[in-house]
Amino acid sequence: MLNRLLILFYVLFAFFIVGCSGNQTKPDDSEGSTIVDEDVTIDVGAPDELDEEGISSGLDDDGVLILDALDDPASNLFVRTIYFEYDSSDLSPESLEIVREHGQYLSENPDRLVRLEGHTDERGTRDYNLALGEERAKSVQEILVLEGATEEQIELVSFGEERPAVEGSDEEAYELNRRVEIVY
Amino acid sequence: MSMSYKKIWLFLLFNFLILTSSPSFALLEIEITQGVESALPIAITDVAGDTPIDAALLGSVVYSDLYRSGLFSIVDKKKYPQQKINADQVDYELWRNLGVEALLSMTINKAAAGQVKIQFELFDLVRKNRSLGHVVTVDQKQLRRAAHKISDLVFEQLTGIKGAFSTRIAYISETANKDKKKFELQIADADGFGPKTIYSSPKQLMSPAWSPDGRKLAYVSFENDRSEIYVQDLSTGTRSKLSSQPGINSAPAWSPDGSFMAMTLSVGGNPDIYIMELNSRKLRKLTNHHGIDTEADWTPDGRYVVFTSNRSGSPQLYQIPAGGGSPTRLTFDGNYNAAASVSPSGDTISMVHSSGRGYQIGIMNIDGSNFRLLTEGTLDEAPSFAPNGSMIIYSTRHNNSTVLSAVSADGRVKQRLRLQKGKVREPAWSPFR
Repeated sequence: MLNRLLILFYVLFAFFIVGCSGNQTKPDDSEGSTIVDEDVTIDVGAPDELDEEGISSGLDDDGVLILDALDDPASNLFVRTIYFEYDSSDLSPESLEIVREHGQYLSENPDRLVRLEGHTDERGTRDYNLALGEERAKSVQEILVLEGATEEQIELVSFGEERPAVEGSDEEAYELNRRVEIVY
Repeated sequence: MSMSYKKIWLFLLFNFLILTSSPSFALLEIEITQGVESALPIAITDVAGDTPIDAALLGSVVYSDLYRSGLFSIVDKKKYPQQKINADQVDYELWRNLGVEALLSMTINKAAAGQVKIQFELFDLVRKNRSLGHVVTVDQKQLRRAAHKISDLVFEQLTGIKGAFSTRIAYISETANKDKKKFELQIADADGFGPKTIYSSPKQLMSPAWSPDGRKLAYVSFENDRSEIYVQDLSTGTRSKLSSQPGINSAPAWSPDGSFMAMTLSVGGNPDIYIMELNSRKLRKLTNHHGIDTEADWTPDGRYVVFTSNRSGSPQLYQIPAGGGSPTRLTFDGNYNAAASVSPSGDTISMVHSSGRGYQIGIMNIDGSNFRLLTEGTLDEAPSFAPNGSMIIYSTRHNNSTVLSAVSADGRVKQRLRLQKGKVREPAWSPFR
């Protein structure tokens, strides 16, 4: 139930951002608004990047949303999908950096739980891919734990090639389907 | 040219059958994509009798069974010197002049209420004798099954190989209605007729595996949003959860005596092959490697398990004594060899193979020698041997969908079985009943 609420929250939040940036005709609108949020404990990047996103506009005025570091679109924590090469469960340097930040976040928020969902593209056999999806989720888990998350915070599940992000049998679809989804 | 003629003929035949006999729309269409040039010429006369619809059904089932085996060329009826045959009336000289080597004659008549009496006779036109001849009385509802049984006997008489036309296939079907997906575990006759849904779920299903007695199916279900192994009794519908360990639970494979189940579990930290004793549900870990070990299949003597492992860096097939021991690598050709299916004789292994250009079905001797490709698809998967070892059924890409195909173990005959709707995959050929 809580998960559903959170998802709903994210969705509404995302729409809100889209709506804001869509309406934002003058870049100057974002100036003067800053994120004021005690929950943010992680360095999430240069402030002007945040300004460019125009994320905080309106949010402060509403005063309704409780901001969490996870919800900052400019943050690596906002990246919830990690992609992989064919038949590989190795993390790229960029992915490694993202996963590390998730690990730090989990370490600093020990009451947060996360589910790692491993997926593959449709190539190769289904049972092998189920195993490969789990290997990918485990690669992510290992880094999370190295950064201080506990195994109790992490749930692993593999869907192999059974739940593709996109349908299709081309390289583009394959790239999007070889993934681990980090689900808070 | 004669091939396209045959396709049209079969198409018309099956349309006729839909209208007259098949209650299901989920029809598999059979198409011989490649035949044997040296096919044995045989003749099948029109089925005579007092019940024309039954006669048409009997004739067409036997005709298509023998035709789709790819081993026979069925001579055009118009050339037959005799259209109806009684035992004493076969004019062997006339038939031999036509170059026909065997002649099948069938009659069907109404018997007691709801029953039909079938008479079938097979004549050896070379030896000039009657090689088969029987009268059987069956329920009219069982006519299709009886026809497959007759095909089995004729096939065995002509080839020396036990017929498998009366066996079944299990497979996973995926259909979508708007955005709602439906996954079904289905079984159908080996020719694709009479599909029955064994289990239906909005969540994914995988890896159907027959029990050696043909009474149960083991499979993987994601109904709880994770992989779990279930076993379902086909006659009672009773369903039980066999394995739901933390991590993955997949790739069930019954031992030939039916008392053990090999499966892939990752409860030990990474995917390994385990053997479950089915009575006690006691688990024994068979493989132990930090890489992926999965997709177990048994040799028919129950002494070895063949499995997929990426311990060498890419997926390859290995063999390990079922009682435990050290694995031996079997495949060295290509960079992907997986999903082994050991032939019923134990002489050969079929697998999914890739050398970098798509995935095809390959076959090799049990010791790993004499590897050769059987198919040319881009995404051929899930090979499963017919119980007589003559054909291998697998899934393949066709017109942006996934369909079932079968290829003879020698690679010379190919046929496509196509569901009209949805994707069909992971076929598993039943044992003999």
